[in-house]
Amino acid sequence: MATQKQIELDGAQALIKTLDALGVEYVFGYSGGAALPIFDALETVESDIKFVLTRHEQGATHMADGYARATGKPAVVLVTSGPGAGNTITGIMTAQMDSVPMIIVTGQQVTWMLGKDAFQEADIFGITIPIVKHNYLVRETNALPRIAKEAFHIATTGRPGPVLIDVPKNISQSPFTADFEDELAAELDLPGYKPEKAMDVDSVSVEEAARLINLAKKPLILAGHGAMISGAESELMEIANKMECPVTMTLLGKGVFPESHPLSLGMLGMHGTAYANKAICECDLIFNIGSRFDDRIIGQADKFGHQAKIIHVDIDVAEMGKMIVPDVQVVGDAKAVLQKLLPMVEKADHADWLEHLNGYKKKFPLGYKKQGGLRMQQVLDEIHDLTDGNAIISTDVGQHQMWAAQFYTNDASFKWLSSGGAGTMGFGFPAAIGAQFACPDETVISVSGDGGFQMTLCELATAVIHKLPIKILVLNNHYLGMVRQWQELFFDNRESGVDLEGNPDFVKLAEAYGAKGINIKRPADVRKKLQEALDYNDGPVVINAECIKTDNVFPMIPAGAALEDMLIEPPKYKMDKPIGST
Amino acid sequence: MSQTITTTDKKPAPRPDVVGGHTLSMFVNNEPGVLMRICQIFARRAYNIDSLVVSQGRDPQFSRLTLGISGDPAGLSQIILQCDKLIDVIHCYEHTPDDSVTREMALVKVSVDSGEKRTEVLQIVEHFGGKTVDMSEGSMIVRIEGASDKVDAAIRLLTNYDIVETVRTGKVVMARGEQST
Repeated sequence: MATQKQIELDGAQALIKTLDALGVEYVFGYSGGAALPIFDALETVESDIKFVLTRHEQGATHMADGYARATGKPAVVLVTSGPGAGNTITGIMTAQMDSVPMIIVTGQQVTWMLGKDAFQEADIFGITIPIVKHNYLVRETNALPRIAKEAFHIATTGRPGPVLIDVPKNISQSPFTADFEDELAAELDLPGYKPEKAMDVDSVSVEEAARLINLAKKPLILAGHGAMISGAESELMEIANKMECPVTMTLLGKGVFPESHPLSLGMLGMHGTAYANKAICECDLIFNIGSRFDDRIIGQADKFGHQAKIIHVDIDVAEMGKMIVPDVQVVGDAKAVLQKLLPMVEKADHADWLEHLNGYKKKFPLGYKKQGGLRMQQVLDEIHDLTDGNAIISTDVGQHQMWAAQFYTNDASFKWLSSGGAGTMGFGFPAAIGAQFACPDETVISVSGDGGFQMTLCELATAVIHKLPIKILVLNNHYLGMVRQWQELFFDNRESGVDLEGNPDFVKLAEAYGAKGINIKRPADVRKKLQEALDYNDGPVVINAECIKTDNVFPMIPAGAALEDMLIEPPKYKMDKPIGST
Repeated sequence: MSQTITTTDKKPAPRPDVVGGHTLSMFVNNEPGVLMRICQIFARRAYNIDSLVVSQGRDPQFSRLTLGISGDPAGLSQIILQCDKLIDVIHCYEHTPDDSVTREMALVKVSVDSGEKRTEVLQIVEHFGGKTVDMSEGSMIVRIEGASDKVDAAIRLLTNYDIVETVRTGKVVMARGEQST
């Protein structure tokens, strides 16, 4: 049909038509010379794709990331060549570290100029190889629909991740001469990529896992992002109840099991709850469902769970034995594994073990002092209260992130968007924009420090233009607080490169962009001011909370230390410099 | 020309944390950039690629790689899994000497200034089943092929003469028996 019309397509139009057919809802991007034909195709091709112009390419990547974390669906980033492509690096790396699906389309110089240092030429294919799941440099116009389809398939299946497509300008500009419908319908041919194997779980390893589970007297479930990505929430609930087993979650797994559930121990790790970390030390079985045993969880690897048998369920076989050598490894999709495992697991009674852990919960609760000035914990605690813990929270990295993880407990998946693996400052606010586009009816709160917010605050313009009612919480201590905490604890309190003297007036800054600004200075005002922010829905609101400058996050496991060496409160002795991972 | 770089056949000093002699075989998509993806995995984990052979497969859509590598043995299984994870890698196996045959070929250019030396070199080459592939007034190029240690031994004997240069192909490997590589 309409053969005449197909002949008139150019490569860029074929690409946009393919993205539309693949169900892309949003393209976040920034234009430029090498991407001109693709930007033009956004105008000339009739599609359901909505384009959002950002103020920086990094913002575009984090928006696509926030969109994907809030929905499980990928968004597209569209930028030009050279610096445009280069500015996406941090965002791509962030997505790759946290297994977030994303498609990045970069414009590129014409093919005959590649390798000749042409204007705005950068080898973005080569540059991004270590930070993508896969990437393409397109050398044939007619291949664009196939490559876009492959990219989506790769980004969204198995262990998700970012896929970059570099499109030289002559490729996007040339006529598309194949039959578009045929190309779109063509079967994918990826002999080196078999994600469907993850659904076919090896019975022997599942039986062995069931045997260890049924023998355990003090089991512990460690639920990670993989459990969330696979949609295993109900299976996880069922197996936790059947095993009568406490559940701890990783930073990215927050919410996959309700944190308000009696079996929940909250987040574990460097700044996790004392009771989760004590459970790791004392349990006789660690049943890891979809966590990659990140170094911020395990501390000193050879002491991690040394009394416990370890079962590792992961969709990525390359995670097996990378950090911790498990007693049983089960390679597969978490949901598929749990479905297969559930009938083999016997109903158990672990009342004594739970009672023991409840003792820790009572003895070492997460808390904060209400005196001595405004604390970030109080702001987070109160906004949790005011939103019933139902808001979508996105964060940067640092003290505010760890306190948000501790005090903004989640009861559902896809509501906690935080840069875990990469630890990217400047992630939270643009990610909140992506999440608000994805979920227009939800309350979206961006939690940043004064440092991180200033890295991507130019996206205030993006949020204002689209009247996104994001609550931008700037927990302002005029410091890079987490680094300052380490300098206080391990470097004789010598402050170096952490004092953010010269911060702007964030309320005036918000107003300059046409957003609303609110200051919070006194603990007594927190609730009222937060309510005012939550009630304002005509656009973004920046809430600048002037917090205590030198507060520290506890509990804390110094990097590389064993979990049993956790500090529950500030140490009374001088500590050695940590020798473990950063 | 600047100073000549001598291409000796000296082995680097042994390091306890590095174990050489591992041979990997990979079957990969025959596309630009695939080798780059693989090399980054080795480089990031401080592995050295001691030898590398790439050639087109029977089906030109694919290539076959044989890599001789050295590095911390504790990380090797991780590396194999990471290589296997690449979309462009169809499969990646490690081969042990017991389950595979390994061959390589070396060309050695020897400077021979007398008939006596020429005869001696020819005797060595004959002993190792090699061939002379080029001969001139003052030099000859000989070809030695076989298992790596055989090639090593031949070169070691030829070192008694004036070797101008050596070029080795690197190892190619194939699983023994009916198993496909």
